[in-house]
Amino acid sequence: MGSNYISGAEIVIRCLHEEKVKFVFGYPGGAVLNIYDAVFQQNKFKHVLVRHEQAAVHAADAYSRSTGKVGVALVTSGPGATNAVTGIATAYMDSIPMVIISGQVPTYAIGQDAFQECDTVGITRPCVKHNFLVKDIKDIASTMKKAFYVAASGRPGPVLVDIPKDITAEKYEFSYPKTVHLRSYNPIIKGHSGQIKKALLLLLGAKRPMIYSGGGVVLGDASNQLTKFVRTIGAPITSTLMGLGGFPASDKQFLGMLGMHGTYEANMAMQECDVLLAVGARFDDRVIGNPEHFLSKPKTIIHIDIDPSSISKRVKIDVPIVGDVISVLTELNDLLSKEKIKQNPSLKSWFKEIDQWRSMNCLNFKNDKKLIKPQFVIQTLHKITKGDAFITSDVGQHQMWAAQYYPFDKPRRWINSGGLGTMGVGLPYAMGTQLAHPDAKVACVTGEASIQMCIQELSTCKQFHLPIKIINLNNRYMGMVRQWQEFFYGNRYAESYMEALPDFVKLAESYGHVGMKIEKPSDVEPALKEAFSSKLKERLVFMDFITDQKENVFPMVPNGKGLSEMIIAEDL
Amino acid sequence: MRHIISLLMENESGALSRVSGLFSARGYNIESLTVAPTEDPTLSRMTIVTSGSDEIIEQIIKQLNKLIDVVKVLDLNDGRFIERELMIVKVKANAQYRDEMKRMCDIFRGRIIDVSDSSFTIEITGSSSKLDAYLESIDKAAILETVRTGASGIGRGDRILKV
Repeated sequence: MGSNYISGAEIVIRCLHEEKVKFVFGYPGGAVLNIYDAVFQQNKFKHVLVRHEQAAVHAADAYSRSTGKVGVALVTSGPGATNAVTGIATAYMDSIPMVIISGQVPTYAIGQDAFQECDTVGITRPCVKHNFLVKDIKDIASTMKKAFYVAASGRPGPVLVDIPKDITAEKYEFSYPKTVHLRSYNPIIKGHSGQIKKALLLLLGAKRPMIYSGGGVVLGDASNQLTKFVRTIGAPITSTLMGLGGFPASDKQFLGMLGMHGTYEANMAMQECDVLLAVGARFDDRVIGNPEHFLSKPKTIIHIDIDPSSISKRVKIDVPIVGDVISVLTELNDLLSKEKIKQNPSLKSWFKEIDQWRSMNCLNFKNDKKLIKPQFVIQTLHKITKGDAFITSDVGQHQMWAAQYYPFDKPRRWINSGGLGTMGVGLPYAMGTQLAHPDAKVACVTGEASIQMCIQELSTCKQFHLPIKIINLNNRYMGMVRQWQEFFYGNRYAESYMEALPDFVKLAESYGHVGMKIEKPSDVEPALKEAFSSKLKERLVFMDFITDQKENVFPMVPNGKGLSEMIIAEDL
Repeated sequence: MRHIISLLMENESGALSRVSGLFSARGYNIESLTVAPTEDPTLSRMTIVTSGSDEIIEQIIKQLNKLIDVVKVLDLNDGRFIERELMIVKVKANAQYRDEMKRMCDIFRGRIIDVSDSSFTIEITGSSSKLDAYLESIDKAAILETVRTGASGIGRGDRILKV
């Protein structure tokens, strides 16, 4: 054996070095002890020890969402891998590029029901972009290369590499492939030029053009190109939950978020437009509601997406353009710069119509002197952080309020679980985001139900000195569940209340953090100011806001209804 | 409508379950599925018989193409094609049935490949509907056992599925 023969575990680490990985989020265990021994003997990346594997995957996911790089998680076999599944499925639904390395029992023990054995590749198959079981040490380096390539290219997604323990102990020569070729995988990058021209002509000739952008714009780093394009053609634009920040929310062409809890103007414009351009969005049920109702008003639909299977999945598309959004938008901008664009005369009357919808002021809410309104907390958070914080959220009412009342002007600032809707992501998301951006303000908007799903991570935050600000909108209910029960289940609040809550201030303090309880509206701003002050710059602050228990999220498109069939706050 | 989809995929463990898992996860029908390595041992060829509206078939093709292990997908129904399925059927061949079974076998151009005092084992190939027709033509009470491969298909003439 030559001197450049190293163990399989060391090969794994060298691969991560080759990929310039800065953080690995993980939790050790029997099957990955060799890998952990190699982690111990290197210092090119930092290992972040979480308190539960689910959080490792969420944190790596947020690292990716906030930076655009591939997130990496490392877990052991059996329960380590099954605990990771929720995190993997969450990343898969939102197309987040990640590599998850899982330990496996030794090759000779596979299938023997060995201790901490599970069929990880089988269990994760439906929620990964691809996965591998490495059965030969010779294949580790090439598999790792493929994993990073597949995760980050095309429509991104999580890739899992399952490595049996005996493979990590054997020795082999390390050589990292420079390129990777998969004959079965060739994502289309460049859009069809004829289709792109056709799309542009349709948009320029439209009487009521509308643009609908999604998470693909953020993931594809195409914000600048989108912004330039939209400003040049002058059309109104809305965004999905996942696309927020892809176009500056403060721009007057922006109509706010659309969908189940979208603004009145965005949903009405989606319904009433005659030419719709969808960019990196997928017409999902929470966004367009009932597809038949959506199409009841005839419109020509153009759809740019890197994934052909997203096109004509729920809604028939008239002009499909398969390609990377940044490439297609660049080509659209090039075409625009060559043509002499006259301001579309129809836009004026279209915006007049939109302004009427806007005047409805659908996000208006009545502030209260005694009860803290959750919307008011988010508005104040926006004010105190000057709109420049990274906001992570959990899932539920607080998530919708954060999306509605914290306008994002930049991409990758809004980190939440859109597709899978995973409660518990907020705190680990804040960890991954804060580690990626150590000097940035990171706030986790959560509720007393969601936060308890990954509360153990307060310990990780202590260990790694993460000065996250937790905004706990505590209404003593699983708010969104309660809202549906109020609207659709005759006020029968089945199991949606939160009893026996911990004292969050003491809880935070017991983990070595700062805790605050805020019960009066007049204390909201001073408390937020203090939490974000230089005095507490280095500290995690857990802010427990006791909010109005009965507040609901409006507007709301009831499940299965059409976009223009919204319930507005005053309707009730 | 019934469609026959042919695909070439990496001959790797787990590839089959990616395809079958896709069909169950997305609620697509599988009437039959056959798979075997090709003359290039790194590739397997699969024939899937499914049914659905045009929109569903379009999604099935797109979703199959999305699988990393799938190299090429062809909807045979997009052009002219030939379909064959092999069935082996064991029928009663006692005095009551012996002549009748021999005659029906000949009519459907089957071959008797095993004989015992009381049974014939018959091999029949053809389109799936021909095999159905054979089973409908003989006395149900005479059927002892059947095994079918599921359809395999290939394009006519110059329609070739190759890497």
